[in-house]
Amino acid sequence: MARRYREIGKAGWGYTAITGLVGFIYFFPVFWIILTAFKTRTDALAVPPKLFFTPTLENFQSVFFRASITTGTSQATDMGLYFFNSIFIAFTSVGLALIVGTLAAYAFSRYPLKGNDTYLFIILTTRMMPPIVVIIPIFLMFRLSGLAGSYWGIILLYTAFNIPFSVWLVKSFFDELNPEIEDAARMDGASERRVFFGFCIPQILAGLSATFVFGLILTWNEFLFALLLTGVETRTVPVAMARTLGGEVGVDYGLLAAIVTLFLIPIFFVTFLLQNQLLRGVTFGTVKK
Amino acid sequence: MSETSASKGGFGAWALDPKRRGAMLVAPALIILFVMNIFPLLWSFGLSFFNYKASSPRVPSFRGLSNYERVLTDEKTWERFQTTAVIVGSSVLLQLIVGFLLALMFAKVFPMRRIVLMLVLTPMMLSFVSVGVFFKLFYEPTFGIVSYVMNIFMTDKFVMLGSPGGAIAGIVIADAWMWSPFVMLLVLAGLVSVPKYLYEAAEIDRASSWRIFWTITFPYIKSLLLLAILFRTIETFKLFDIVYIITEGGPGSSTETIAVFLYRNAFQFFQTSRSAALAYIVLFIVIVLTNLYLYAVNRREEEVT
Repeated sequence: MARRYREIGKAGWGYTAITGLVGFIYFFPVFWIILTAFKTRTDALAVPPKLFFTPTLENFQSVFFRASITTGTSQATDMGLYFFNSIFIAFTSVGLALIVGTLAAYAFSRYPLKGNDTYLFIILTTRMMPPIVVIIPIFLMFRLSGLAGSYWGIILLYTAFNIPFSVWLVKSFFDELNPEIEDAARMDGASERRVFFGFCIPQILAGLSATFVFGLILTWNEFLFALLLTGVETRTVPVAMARTLGGEVGVDYGLLAAIVTLFLIPIFFVTFLLQNQLLRGVTFGTVKK
Repeated sequence: MSETSASKGGFGAWALDPKRRGAMLVAPALIILFVMNIFPLLWSFGLSFFNYKASSPRVPSFRGLSNYERVLTDEKTWERFQTTAVIVGSSVLLQLIVGFLLALMFAKVFPMRRIVLMLVLTPMMLSFVSVGVFFKLFYEPTFGIVSYVMNIFMTDKFVMLGSPGGAIAGIVIADAWMWSPFVMLLVLAGLVSVPKYLYEAAEIDRASSWRIFWTITFPYIKSLLLLAILFRTIETFKLFDIVYIITEGGPGSSTETIAVFLYRNAFQFFQTSRSAALAYIVLFIVIVLTNLYLYAVNRREEEVT
């Protein structure tokens, strides 16, 4: 037992302290934004920057409610709608992409077509190319078809944006299964449908959920498509953040930091839960371990 | 797709024929990709031969290759490619160095490793817009924390984004901070795959640690390093959001990457056709890089198995 620990290079709490310090320094920009979110306007603009201050929830409140000058009552801002849009659009499009992508991934893995690799290459290229390249014609297409500013338009676009990623990632999970088990099941008279739903899907459920969550984050973070193709009703949070930054009456950094902090919460959970799948996720399944 | 399997003959039976199973399963994905990616690309390929402007109702006329000619002879295009190359080069280099050092640090097992690792991995999962907002705030000349710290050491007032060099450095730092963890993950995967008996043998031979690194460790991580370089080059080549948020291409046009340049031409100046031509040149570069990347992926897979 002791020998095994030495082999994988086990270190003690002292090492934790050193890496913890480095980790904290690396994390400092995020930490500083979260601190800023809890500062009053004067504390946020203080020189020298304040590390210790009385925290306030003012900023978080003003993300969703703004005091109206005329009536004196508080009024809901549109930020609630933008958070809803971000969540709704991400869940719908990633869900669709995962279903369509899983079917395609299964075929690419088990029933290779003529020119299988070419299809896979084209699919990956659509993901690798800069969004700005494809957005010029898409913008025109959306303008002509009236899809611009509608939920359907952006959901359809994000579905297409997530398919390449889903296909490649899910295929990498299918490729790892042992096809002999499936063949054995077929010998025993299991139908193709049963092989797919009863044997393959249950084995890669963890992978499928990882793919789903990764897609959510990618879509949640997307900016350029949303900037050009969402309207007032369908605007997502990243676009709203950029607009807050470009405000005419001076930027309210406390408010901005509060929006960013709220926007970050799901990301912390995901980073923690998916740590072991992270490498595979960010390389679209091309690097497994 | 299999609900109709009961019906004999007809479309259901045709579609479920084992010969067509692969094609039928792939079809939905390919159709959506065709409608939302391939078709628009073909359309803009067509546009690139006309003099179309999205802002004017004038009927466009055919111009042959003149858009490509104008884009390729325009000095501005080459300046933007240079800016992009400088940002990509320095950012990827910085990511390699920082990522490599972080990987060496995390190549051990220690208590609470998962939590410490999470601190380092978080930046990679953030959105470009949030990271842009972070650094925009840090670089703020009056109360930004970076400006504050720099002013302690400098006599002149420090304005990070005031000069072309500073603005490029500002963007490179933000991008490298965000993506060094990616390189770390890849290098870490390589470090973990080195068989431990090789180190033990080297210990017996009393090889120097420098020699151990080059003869044992490096061969195991070099293919992953190549993947990291190619992948990050492709991704950084697209850099848009961070630049758009932090500098908007300024001061002047000193941080205008090719993606920002394209965005400006297409959506602020409405040079639709000319932008489509430039977009195709960019697409060509990305296709070449993606090919290289997949080649590297396949070579590594042969190595591993």
